Amino acid sequence: MTSFELTGTVPAARSPAMNERRDMIEQQGQIRSGRRAVRAARMAGLTVAVSGMVGLGGCIQVAAPDKPIVIELNINIRQEVVYRLAADAAKTVQQNEGIF
Amino acid sequence: MTRIRFSSAPGFFLGTAAAVLMLAGVSVAEAQSARSPAYTAARAAGQVGEQTDGYLGVVGSQGADIAAMVRDLNNQRRAVYTGAASGKSTIQEYAFTTGCKLIRDTRPGEKYQGLDGSWKTRGAGAPELDPRCP
Repeated sequence: MTSFELTGTVPAARSPAMNERRDMIEQQGQIRSGRRAVRAARMAGLTVAVSGMVGLGGCIQVAAPDKPIVIELNINIRQEVVYRLAADAAKTVQQNEGIF
Repeated sequence: MTRIRFSSAPGFFLGTAAAVLMLAGVSVAEAQSARSPAYTAARAAGQVGEQTDGYLGVVGSQGADIAAMVRDLNNQRRAVYTGAASGKSTIQEYAFTTGCKLIRDTRPGEKYQGLDGSWKTRGAGAPELDPRCP
């Protein structure tokens, strides 16, 4: 039941802007699950805008894992470089003890 | 007078010059290797601490002399990092790696930056180290 409504929230996510045009959408015979989602949100006492936000939040959560990990590793500290530098860094500290 | 003595005794002159050079070499090495008394005192007093990024930080609010000293030392560190990192890594990576060692080498009572960014006092045990540290 819930999963059907979630897949059907694509039209529901657009609906905040179409809130006043709901009747028109219904006349045009949109996908049933979208109307069902809108009705479910109203029945739950939520506004259509909130249900739209929930729908958007779901989309972002799906997309999030791809983004940050690779970029962070490249820009910041590269682990294998840090390990390779360890001995070199120790030597540098020894040679410049006055400032370390 | 002196010219005559040097020309008449070149061996003595060379010996003296070598001794002077040796003395100069030793004094330069000492200047590089020893921390300044002010820096040593500030470390021991916990007025300065080792940051995770390989640079020194001023702990709390300290006098302008401490801040100036930290700035000067950090400039020198950056120069060393820049030279040492060339061809091997980024300066940031080199500084970070050195910072790991510097935090590990802090003595009990000295300050270092913990994982949450706050200043910690080094105790008898191991310090908090970044998981990326070697």
